[in-house]
Amino acid sequence: MAHLLEVKNLEVNFKTYGGEVKAVRDVSFHVNKGEILAIVGESGSGKSVTVQSIMGLIPTPPGIIRGGTIHFHDKDILKMSKKEMRKIKGSKISMVFQDPMTSLNPTMRIGKQIEEGLILHQGLSKDDAKKRAIEMIKLVGIPNPEERYNQFPHEFSGGMRQRAMIAIALSCNPELLIADEPTTALDVTIQAQVLELMKDLQNKLDTSIILITHDLGVVAETAQRVIVMYAGMMVESGTVFDLFENPKHPYTWGLLESIPKVEDGEKKPLVPIEGSPPDLFSPPKGCPFAPRCKFAMDICLEEIPPDFEIDQGHTAKCWLNDPRAPKVEDLVAAGSEE
Amino acid sequence: MSEHILEVQQLSKYFHINKNQTVKSVDDISISIKKGETFGLVGESGSGKSTLGKTIVGLQAPTSGNIIYNGKDVEKLDKSTKKVINRELQIIFQDPHASLNPRMQVGDIIAEGMDAYKLAKGQERQNRIYELLERVGLRPEHAKRYPHEFSGGQRQRIGIARALAVKPKFIVADEPISALDVSIQAQVINLLDDLKKEEELTYLFIAHDLGMVKHISDRIGVMYLGKMMEMSESDELFKNPLHPYTQALLSAIPNPNPRADKRERIVLQGDPPSPVNPPSGCRFRTRCPHAMDICSQKAPEWKEIQKDHWTACHLY
Repeated sequence: MAHLLEVKNLEVNFKTYGGEVKAVRDVSFHVNKGEILAIVGESGSGKSVTVQSIMGLIPTPPGIIRGGTIHFHDKDILKMSKKEMRKIKGSKISMVFQDPMTSLNPTMRIGKQIEEGLILHQGLSKDDAKKRAIEMIKLVGIPNPEERYNQFPHEFSGGMRQRAMIAIALSCNPELLIADEPTTALDVTIQAQVLELMKDLQNKLDTSIILITHDLGVVAETAQRVIVMYAGMMVESGTVFDLFENPKHPYTWGLLESIPKVEDGEKKPLVPIEGSPPDLFSPPKGCPFAPRCKFAMDICLEEIPPDFEIDQGHTAKCWLNDPRAPKVEDLVAAGSEE
Repeated sequence: MSEHILEVQQLSKYFHINKNQTVKSVDDISISIKKGETFGLVGESGSGKSTLGKTIVGLQAPTSGNIIYNGKDVEKLDKSTKKVINRELQIIFQDPHASLNPRMQVGDIIAEGMDAYKLAKGQERQNRIYELLERVGLRPEHAKRYPHEFSGGQRQRIGIARALAVKPKFIVADEPISALDVSIQAQVINLLDDLKKEEELTYLFIAHDLGMVKHISDRIGVMYLGKMMEMSESDELFKNPLHPYTQALLSAIPNPNPRADKRERIVLQGDPPSPVNPPSGCRFRTRCPHAMDICSQKAPEWKEIQKDHWTACHLY
């Protein structure tokens, strides 16, 4: 079956005074119909830039898409004309941004902001659009939809604004919803509400979702498949079970170890990943994680590892998975003897 | 009592926004913190946890109530003793991008407190800066740089070094890790943990990430709309949460285990009400799944249900 979205060998650079920053390097992944794909990574790992290129939101200049293809159904988004792109954006693919405070228009009533897309893409009349907008407000769980329809964003709380954003994004029944850290700015109890809502809508409307987050808890609870990004590269990808139970990249290990386990009884010190991510102006020659990696070998500093296939659909960009590499268990044992 | 380094007694902090409206940001809160303990304070935005922290270190004057530090009431002290106490109570701020002066060199930022208290001069001052930088995992040559040259995690380390410079006894850490990436958070938490042991510090650790709070704290207080809802030892709080708000808060933490039984999640309805006009009686009642008639009429008492486990709820 063809994938709904297929990204292949995507490369995105940004021109700055200091040189060209390689924000996304050779990233390939796909999204199936009706699934939630999570992208995790630290700030600067290229996760937002990746999805922005899907939406055609990379400002050029300074951004340049150096290579790769993004196929939505069978068409390459990167080769589309502006006009074709405009037809897809907002109707077939839509996006929810991180900060609900700044991504709504403060001078426009919420209802009108939801209607905009409906009138533009679906050619609804004003009355129909209003009906649909009120339905959408109800669907995302905002009480008193008729009253809320006429309110301005400043009259909404953070969680409500995020719901309004989701209502706008879903108003045209998109096939793909991109959510860029939709809950990061929200409190835990509100985060729980918004995540439940997204899962619920995915079930009801069979929308595919790309969920960007840095919270592994959110990943475990919502996603079916996960991509881990580091320094512009995709270092590991697989199902949630692959990632949490059989991770094969030291960066993924590090991420999993650095979160406190709520259910643990005893207190162990957290295991942080020492150091900080590399400078993307001049990324290291070899594996970008090698300088922070406990298991780095000579080859890691010299050559970028390929994607090793661990299982079907589970890949890891790490030399440790090469059959010639020493077993990690042996390295750990050797390390503890020292 | 010498056992408690800090006692907060019925502390309130109100902000008047206009003639008729008052925000009761912190309302009648009492906590006692033992020497060497880490007390975690959790709550959603607007619950008053940062205001409480700032009031304790003296950045704001309380509206009413007392702050007893080492057995002495801070308000009633003469200026010189107060100055000593102000030195011993330090704070680390949430946003490492906004809390460092961008026009000052890191060394001077760290030494500012030392200069104000005339703790060190000349070569000694310089050595102390280098020592502090190394203490928090930076390098001495960083002293000549400016804040913009550092990453978020490094800036937070500078903030910690600045607090340590004046040899504090008690540190309020106001969401010190929420602006940082996951892999960096663990570094800063471990640093705070090590410093606590070595410098014999006491922490008031404010956060909204319950996982981290549990990890670092001995006891935890849960705040909602300016009121303390529940307080107990941290393991006890996670095992046996009494207040419906705490229960909802705990069940809302996403569990990083994809195979975990999807826990009975208590999804709260609605948003926290405005602190300008809080609900009558119990402030949580508008979102509480167990709300009864009495909840709207009478504010629940602050009671000790089990030993060292306090809560304010009509269910008990």
